[in-house]
Amino acid sequence: MDSNMTSTVLDNGLKVLVQEVHTAPLASVWCWYKVGSKDEVTGLTGVSHWVEHMNFKGTKNIPRDQVKGIIEKFGGSWNGYTWIDQTTYMETASTDGLDRMLFIEAERMANCLYDPDDCESERTVIISELQGSENDPDTLLEQEVIAAAYKVHPYRHPTIGWLSDLHTMTRDDLYQYYRRNYVPNNATVVVVGDVETDDVLRRIERQFGGISPGPALRRVTVVEPEQLGERRVEVSREGTTAYLKLAYHAPAVGDPDFFPMLVLDAILAGAKGLNLWSSFRTPPPQRSARLYRALVERRLASGVGAGLLPTEHPFLYLISATAIEGVGLQEVESAATEALDDVVRNGITERELAKAKNQLRARLVFENDSVTNLGHQLGYFQTVATLDVYQDAPNRIAAVTQADVNRVAARYLRSDRRTVGWFRPTDGAGR
Amino acid sequence: MTISLQKGLAAARHVLDNGVVIVSKEAHTVPAVTIQVAVRAGSIYDSNAQVGLSHLTSRVLDRGTRRRSSQDVAEAFDERGVSLSVGANRHVMTVSCTCLSEDFEAMLELVGEIVMEPAFPEQEIEKRKGEVLNAIRQDEDSPAARAMLALFAMLYPDPHPYGRPAKGTVESVSRIERQHLVDFHAARFAPSLTTAIIVGDVERQRVVAAAGRVFGGWRKAAAGETALTHAPSSRTRQERVIPMMNKVQADIAYGFTTIVRSDPRYYAYTVMNNALGQYGIGGRLGDSIRERQGMAYYVFSSFDANVVEGPLIVRAGVNPANVDRAIRSIDEEVRRMATEGMTPEELADCKQYLIGSIPRLLETNGAIATFLLTADFFGLGLDHDLRLPSLLGSVTLDDVNAAARATLDVDRASVVVAGPYRGPATGQR
Repeated sequence: MDSNMTSTVLDNGLKVLVQEVHTAPLASVWCWYKVGSKDEVTGLTGVSHWVEHMNFKGTKNIPRDQVKGIIEKFGGSWNGYTWIDQTTYMETASTDGLDRMLFIEAERMANCLYDPDDCESERTVIISELQGSENDPDTLLEQEVIAAAYKVHPYRHPTIGWLSDLHTMTRDDLYQYYRRNYVPNNATVVVVGDVETDDVLRRIERQFGGISPGPALRRVTVVEPEQLGERRVEVSREGTTAYLKLAYHAPAVGDPDFFPMLVLDAILAGAKGLNLWSSFRTPPPQRSARLYRALVERRLASGVGAGLLPTEHPFLYLISATAIEGVGLQEVESAATEALDDVVRNGITERELAKAKNQLRARLVFENDSVTNLGHQLGYFQTVATLDVYQDAPNRIAAVTQADVNRVAARYLRSDRRTVGWFRPTDGAGR
Repeated sequence: MTISLQKGLAAARHVLDNGVVIVSKEAHTVPAVTIQVAVRAGSIYDSNAQVGLSHLTSRVLDRGTRRRSSQDVAEAFDERGVSLSVGANRHVMTVSCTCLSEDFEAMLELVGEIVMEPAFPEQEIEKRKGEVLNAIRQDEDSPAARAMLALFAMLYPDPHPYGRPAKGTVESVSRIERQHLVDFHAARFAPSLTTAIIVGDVERQRVVAAAGRVFGGWRKAAAGETALTHAPSSRTRQERVIPMMNKVQADIAYGFTTIVRSDPRYYAYTVMNNALGQYGIGGRLGDSIRERQGMAYYVFSSFDANVVEGPLIVRAGVNPANVDRAIRSIDEEVRRMATEGMTPEELADCKQYLIGSIPRLLETNGAIATFLLTADFFGLGLDHDLRLPSLLGSVTLDDVNAAARATLDVDRASVVVAGPYRGPATGQR
């Protein structure tokens, strides 16, 4: 994997990754910043995400009304997202648009405008985004469960932010945050596609080389204290359907336990792979997985999912189930925890291990099917972990033993370290 | 333009003796193959008494065959890391998956077995029925789903099959029995109604040989086609409010019926829709409602021509206090497009974007397979990807403006609002 990948660092600290892929006349550019919602302080939750929105609204050399059209001229798509550890921006377009894509990212790093009127208008757009997601009871429950699972670590607050902070944050809060974090020494530029590496490196030097580095950034050092017993949260609202969530503290991506835990997740709920978007694109193969059998095949839940995502600090192994109408949440919860206890008590089988590894091997192939997805993975791992975790992933998965999986099951799936969430629908929906 | 683009996808079409169509395309980007087997068994074939039958069939089809139990089928996919998906739209049910190249033959064989010899075990039907009923109830609690279902019912009034909920209703699904699934399969699954698309890291000869082995012996007559009535646009403006006071945001669905896919104006509509609600972040609608007024996180339009006149739909999610203003803004953009039309610059930009996107949209095996399936279903030709740039390129300003005038009439729009909203403030609209 990545035999033709080149990695370098500019004098201003900007990390650069270039990979040539000559299957289609396309190039994908990703610009990553090591800043996400975990870097936010009380009163400013949601600032990383809001800053991301503002960074699409014109720069010194790209007037507001000319933002639209630059990438479209090359048939391209563009986007950005913010999560707990990172903020990223991307363009994928025909290769002849490469210089424009790099220009946009250099402008975004150094010259965004933060017009006060634009900041105000975006406030309501973001509040609308928050309210749209709260229309979904499952999302609402997830937010409550995560907040309950952490006492001190900033993973506890949602990336979109708390509503009151979205009401009170000012243009200067946004701009200062932008200036502090959007510096070359906090960023990685990734280019993947039908390009020549030397040419790309020259263009990157030209576009980004003159941007001055910023002061070293303060990193989150807080460690979540060990949980001392089960925590429970209940959300009760009008609705039609009951939802269950179980959250267990999980290893960070750099922890040696991460890959055994990834194999365990495949056994419990089907393999997802290593791209946090991949289960949205293709659901995991899970019909013979333990939780599917315990909940869906026993007609307790209409669906079950679980996720272990690669994160910089220890995040959560989150299991979600949708109760079948007429089945109580207690019954769903008991069936799920019994299935987990069974793994802890009796371990996994050799056959389950082999199947999980096959699944992960296939998913790693499937998830790298486009220059866009390849670019995402390189930048993601460079930003939240190290590149070698990603490059070496197939070997690390292959090396996982039955004993490793049994050990992480016992270590992480502990009832006294979990947070249980119930969404209990009340009558009156739609009235 | 590169060589690969000049040659195009160069997919090959092969028809077996029994009528099964095989379309294949070699692509060696990753050692994987995408299989899509499509059968003309979509929701339009549901009878009025069994709305949701096609959808429920799609949920049970892969839960056991005459030769393998549901558990064995699950194991066979899971041990290779393959997620099978069975989905039904209005016309077609598609069984699809992506596997490693080394597993291609085994997976095609299993997919064939699922398509030709499903067992529909009673126990599986009961389980999947429970899941479908749950999904229907989840939709009932979703403003977005409620708004879209209501809009389709308005655009395609009863008994038009496009206006019915594909999942069915709690009542209709509860009534469906095993024999209905068996009969539906007997009527709708036949070689002459089946197309297999295979894209990826597997040589053409290997594809044809495997497909011949799997589907070649299938002998079965097809049932007759269902006649569909036209769906003219509404003569008047229709508005419907679905109050869901437990929600925080309101969803707006606003639309018209348009043209059929075979209409030569298809490409003009595609360009016009791009300008109205797609280009950049949501086209003109996005500029007004999201960018200038900051009212919504999302607003866009979509255009979906079909066998029958398909819809052009505007969607937005807004704070309940902004519903009236948002609908006025949608009306304004729709009216402006119809009366003033597009500018020459806008036309050039949209065309350049749509043509330039083609290589990006045809990058992955899955995307190519879906493109080839659509081209085959609508009879667009194997070289459709090569002709697409000139079809879009030849659209004129007169063409797009005529399309806008023909469809975008605010006095004939169908409008639904679902969410914490009870109706317009007096005298506002």
